[in-house]
Amino acid sequence: MRLLFREAILTFRRAPLLSALSIITIAFALYVVGLFGLVALNLQRALKQVEERVEVVAYLLRNTPPETVALASQEISAFPEVLSVTYVSDEEALRRAQSGLVEFKDAFRDLQVNPLPASIEIRLKAGFRDAAAVRSVADRLRGYTFIEDVRYGREWVEKLDHLRNLSGVVVLMIGLAFAVVAVVIIGVTIRITVLQRAKEIMIMRLVGATNWFIRGPFLLEGAIKGLLGGLLSAAMCYGSYLLFRGNTEVAREGLVFFRAPQLVIGVLFGIVIGLGGSLVSVGRHLRNV
Amino acid sequence: MIRFNHVTKTFPRGGTGVRDVSLHIGKGEFVFLTGHSGAGKSTMMRLMYADYRPSSGDIRVSGFPVGGLTPAEVARLRRRLGIIFQDFRLLEDRSAEENVAFALEVTGARRDSIGSKVMRALTQVGLAAKATAYPRELSGGEQQRVAIARALVNDPAILLADEPTGNLDERATRGVFQLLRDINAGGTCVVMATHDLDLVRQVSYRTVELREGAVVFDSGVDEPRDGLEP
Repeated sequence: MRLLFREAILTFRRAPLLSALSIITIAFALYVVGLFGLVALNLQRALKQVEERVEVVAYLLRNTPPETVALASQEISAFPEVLSVTYVSDEEALRRAQSGLVEFKDAFRDLQVNPLPASIEIRLKAGFRDAAAVRSVADRLRGYTFIEDVRYGREWVEKLDHLRNLSGVVVLMIGLAFAVVAVVIIGVTIRITVLQRAKEIMIMRLVGATNWFIRGPFLLEGAIKGLLGGLLSAAMCYGSYLLFRGNTEVAREGLVFFRAPQLVIGVLFGIVIGLGGSLVSVGRHLRNV
Repeated sequence: MIRFNHVTKTFPRGGTGVRDVSLHIGKGEFVFLTGHSGAGKSTMMRLMYADYRPSSGDIRVSGFPVGGLTPAEVARLRRRLGIIFQDFRLLEDRSAEENVAFALEVTGARRDSIGSKVMRALTQVGLAAKATAYPRELSGGEQQRVAIARALVNDPAILLADEPTGNLDERATRGVFQLLRDINAGGTCVVMATHDLDLVRQVSYRTVELREGAVVFDSGVDEPRDGLEP
């Protein structure tokens, strides 16, 4: 074990430039993946914020008894999709209209009768904000006789659905493509290290070292490079995030960075790639010598 | 020690390395493998240390069946062999003692025993005083001695020397050859591939001559003859 660590560390000392280049290459490959991850993270967050606005409004017939509304509200609250139910009286609806639509201030002032109906506003739980779930809730609401109309912005919810699916596929595909490119670049980098030490490997084999013994220092070296590359890429991503947030007015409020577990996963990804790249490169080399 | 039984080695891209070779080398023998370039000497050596596998026939080296060894068994076989080459194959960034110690370290030898074993091997080849020198600071003959020390450090029963004097001047050649003879006198079986017939003629060791991959003369089996072909 001691020899394993010594040989792995010696590589950094014997070829500092090549080792530094490997780490920087790994860092840049992971940085591209990280930047894309940041975009995906913020895109998903933005979509989630939009999603939270998905709401079903059930307009009530005039003169519906309050106790009927209260009973129905309790029933609706028990729907598995429903997060909250809010009753909005016709007076409250008028007040909201007056404060929200100031350009119609005069028209509202001259009203003899409140034209706005009372309503029930239903917010849905996360996971039930897609078009199918919203439509299902709306259909059940239409079954109540005192509900005159149900609105939920069908087209808008369907577009949101489409955008969510599309962004999911795009994020997955581009993310995978970037990850594959990163794996290839890192594999090539480690292969150069292996080739540089081809003579050493040959001698190790001649004096009776087992293949796993030969692989050991390379795997450790790959893991260390992956770790350092991963940490460097995380720092670069954070620098880019700060730079972007500092220079962009819109982004200042809404932009988020990876949380600690996500960063750990990113660095672990670097280690796994470093290990995998070493394993493949050394394995291929051992088969050929 | 080493037994070849109707061994043929052909290569995937064409060509035959050795053809129908049968040979037995006993414990403690010193055997020359001679022949022109391309006669099959190096192929024979590589078959012996399982770098090549026979295309047909059977090879046993120190009890290991070379044809069917797993990678782990190949490693075990090589720990029982010492191998030296014309080009020394030393690690340039390690001193003489580190090069020798390397052979022990990679086989998992106990750390506390490495130092003494390394010094013993370097003393045996007459290089104890240059233990800390790097290969670039040593002459060709001295580098080959370091390679021999590395080959000896695991106390091998068989020493395979593939053209060990090919890169050396006459004086260094004599020194290295004498060293190999001393090693053999200590009971180690030595197989030396060489095309230096002057060297072969100096002594009366068994000589196996190869031509186009086949054994055309074996002094251990055939009638003695006056001279070997140049």
